[in-house]
Amino acid sequence: MTVHIVKSFDEELNRMTGEIAQMGGFVEEQIMASVNALVRRDSDKAQEVIAKDKRIDALEDEVEQMALRLLALRQPLAADLRLVTTAVKIAADLERMGDYAANVAKRALTLNKLDPVRPVNSVPRIAELVQGMVKDVLDAFVERDVEKALAVWRRDEDVDAYYNSLFRELLTYMMEDPHHITPCIHMLFIAKNLERIGDHATNIAEQVNFLVRGKPVEEARPKGDLTAYSTPES
Amino acid sequence: MTDTSAAIPAPARASPWQLSDATARRVRRRKRADTRFQLYGVGAIFIALAVLIVLLSSIAGSGIGGFVQTRFALDVTFDEKLIDPSGTRDRAVLAKADYGVVLMNAVSAAFPEVTDRQAKRDLRKLFSNSARFQLRGMVLDDPSIVGTTQKIWVPASSDADGFVKDGATTKGIAEADRRLKDRQIEWIGQLSERGAVEKRFNWSFFTSADSREPEVAGIGGALLGSFYTLLITLLVCFPIGVLAAIYLEEFAPKNRLTDLIEVNINNLAAVPSIVFGLLGLAVFIQTFGLPRSAPIVGGLTMALLILPTIIVATRAALKAVPPSIREAAYGVGASPIQVVAQHVVPLAMPGILTGTIIGMARALGETAPLLMIGMVAFIADLPGGPMDAATVLPVQIFLWADSPERGFEEKTAAGTIVLLVFLILMNAIAIYLRKRFEIRW
Amino acid sequence: MDREADVAEARIDQGESPFRANFALGENSSATPDAGAPQQIAVTAKDVSVFYGKKQALFSVNLNIERNRVTALIGPSGCGKSTFLRCINRMNDTIEGCRVTGEIKLDGTDIYGRGIDVVQLRARVGMVFQKPNPFPKSIYENVAYGPRIHGLAANGRELDDIVEQSLRRAGLFDEVSDRLNTPGTSLSGGQQQRLCIARAIAISPEVILMDEPCSALDPIATAKVEELIDELREHFTIAIVTHNMQQAARVSQYTAFFHLGNLVEFGPTEHIFTNPTEERTQDYITGRFG
Repeated sequence: MTVHIVKSFDEELNRMTGEIAQMGGFVEEQIMASVNALVRRDSDKAQEVIAKDKRIDALEDEVEQMALRLLALRQPLAADLRLVTTAVKIAADLERMGDYAANVAKRALTLNKLDPVRPVNSVPRIAELVQGMVKDVLDAFVERDVEKALAVWRRDEDVDAYYNSLFRELLTYMMEDPHHITPCIHMLFIAKNLERIGDHATNIAEQVNFLVRGKPVEEARPKGDLTAYSTPES
Repeated sequence: MTDTSAAIPAPARASPWQLSDATARRVRRRKRADTRFQLYGVGAIFIALAVLIVLLSSIAGSGIGGFVQTRFALDVTFDEKLIDPSGTRDRAVLAKADYGVVLMNAVSAAFPEVTDRQAKRDLRKLFSNSARFQLRGMVLDDPSIVGTTQKIWVPASSDADGFVKDGATTKGIAEADRRLKDRQIEWIGQLSERGAVEKRFNWSFFTSADSREPEVAGIGGALLGSFYTLLITLLVCFPIGVLAAIYLEEFAPKNRLTDLIEVNINNLAAVPSIVFGLLGLAVFIQTFGLPRSAPIVGGLTMALLILPTIIVATRAALKAVPPSIREAAYGVGASPIQVVAQHVVPLAMPGILTGTIIGMARALGETAPLLMIGMVAFIADLPGGPMDAATVLPVQIFLWADSPERGFEEKTAAGTIVLLVFLILMNAIAIYLRKRFEIRW
Repeated sequence: MDREADVAEARIDQGESPFRANFALGENSSATPDAGAPQQIAVTAKDVSVFYGKKQALFSVNLNIERNRVTALIGPSGCGKSTFLRCINRMNDTIEGCRVTGEIKLDGTDIYGRGIDVVQLRARVGMVFQKPNPFPKSIYENVAYGPRIHGLAANGRELDDIVEQSLRRAGLFDEVSDRLNTPGTSLSGGQQQRLCIARAIAISPEVILMDEPCSALDPIATAKVEELIDELREHFTIAIVTHNMQQAARVSQYTAFFHLGNLVEFGPTEHIFTNPTEERTQDYITGRFG
């Protein structure tokens, strides 16, 4: 797209995009760090993740402020207007992701005090997948690449599939031995958190689509999370 | 940018307002040049003003006498034997009587000691020739005064008038070189002692027509002639000029023909006025057979002369009406005629009137074309209408300036003052109209 | 076909969904189809081109202006939006060498057709100009002039009524009721412009054309005029040319974007300002024009 006649307007819009990208980078780091803290039973690392969440919250505030200022001073229209509203929404999604990562770290702290359980090895796979989604969706945002965003959007199904299988696995564990229930419940929440991060990534993908094309995604959203209908018998 | 500016070392100086020597010199030189230029301008205005003041004061100085008339009192006996021997009081008889003798008798009666024929003639020369007509007029107005003796103020002759107003001029000049001899001066002194000399405002200067006698020559005929001429000019050129301008400005299509007309109108404004005189002579007098020397011909010729002025001024005034007013009127559905008649022309009127008045002022001051159509003749009667022979102010001034008699000198200057007053008055009206009706947007 | 359906739909509940009606135009293509509700269309422009001498200022514009709606014409200077506006009341007739081709219909009658009296047309299509241009006459006379030349009032009292009603509709009556005989030029800029609007509505036109009516006004006066435009919509059809995109967004229901003499895009205002179809429209309204 051509540049604005008022160059500082472009600079401000670019800075906002940059802030979002930076936020996304932090979120990715937080996801990986929290999962690492869990897998390696590293309580210090987990503490660090919890502490760092504030950074993401601060960035979200910053994006919101920028958006307000742009709306008030520049009166953006069309694509610019969509960028501003989209940025606010994406920032909110990213902030939520950060909260989930912090929650994973908190539960890692608790799990570290208990005996390790085997399903812990499935969690990093979901984490990797989710982190990839976050990365790609933010790339799509920066590059205004709808196809890339929609690819991320469809990938959410994979996350849901992993989550479904982990859910069953944990159920099985808990049925085997009631001692496993406490760590498994925590594991379940961790998995759920990661799955939610994936959902937020699809939100962002939808935002990118709206930003570029000015209309919502026409396809029906993939619904892979079937755990709501699961019973131990199944 | 920063690189290049860093490469050039900044000149060492304490503050950016502290000038280097070269700069200071340049500033001084510039300020001197400014001052010099202003002085030239002031000097030019001063010279122009000085010249104007000299001109006006010299005209005023020599012209002021023209507004003053010297009169001598005489006891005139309207002798019935001389005027109406048969006693019929018939107007024809009264009009034909020789009032010169009546006057002469009155003069002789005033100076009984003068008996010599030559001396009597000199004595008679102190009184204006026109006194005869004055006496006749009195008798015709009121025949009952025949047979009575009346004290009557009669105008002094030009020479006597000049002496009374400005006696000093005769001093130091040999008697043979003056028009007024020593004994005549003595008689004037005697009259003065008797209280029979008076100076008063010269009303007749404004009411009477031209005359061979400077002391009774008036500008009234020329004023009337100018009035009739300007009236004709106004009646002819205002409607024609304004309508032509409105058409050209508001309605005429822009094409070669209208361009040509426009160029020609502008050129016409620059044509020497004498050419219009030739045109008037050829067209109005020779072709249409209108009377020579008449204000109607003068007025028509002047109308031709100032038509371009009025057209140009009117077009300028119309152009000055903002297009937004036209748009506004068109926008509410006014027809082109309504737009022009109800909005544009009323707004342009002050400008149109100003242009017209300035054109009329030009017509008032114009001489050359009138010379060509015979308005330069000597006319001793007041014109009764635009078809009568007449002359106009500037031509009258020209005629007087051309006359050999010394008495006409002050008449010339006085006439000039009257002309200038009228011109200034007209221009003042133009300025007043412009200020009064000027509408600000 | 879909497009037509969209338009019809947009007409019914326009204002609810900015994404429903999405009729982008290529150059020279038709804006609003004749189908739908013809009685809703006040002005139909078909294939309108305008030439100033040899220079073409407008290229085959097709545009429908809906009744009781505000249609904004936007675009950079010299894009032909004012030219188009002035075609609607044949104001271009007064310009030397101006030629209009194509067809503009007001209520189904070609206004450039034979036997159409321009004066009658302008009584039906009023106009408000960029600079407030009241006549240098009294406030009363300003408003009364139009009804008088069109013979709309049988007597003085009727004329008084028309003047009062027009001033009221223009939201000016309360401000000037005690000084109707003072010159219109003595009012403030915003009041003058509202006086001009009162003057335009005094002849009860169907359509009011506004050529950048607020460009010479301060923001408060502008807001008053904008509010007035919104109120006038109830009785009149309004077409407004503006350089101020925010203003177009605020006052109009439909927006047409002109560029280089072409109608680039025409559609519901929300659509144009949130998600224009044409890249040129997008570049213009976001301030990116090169």
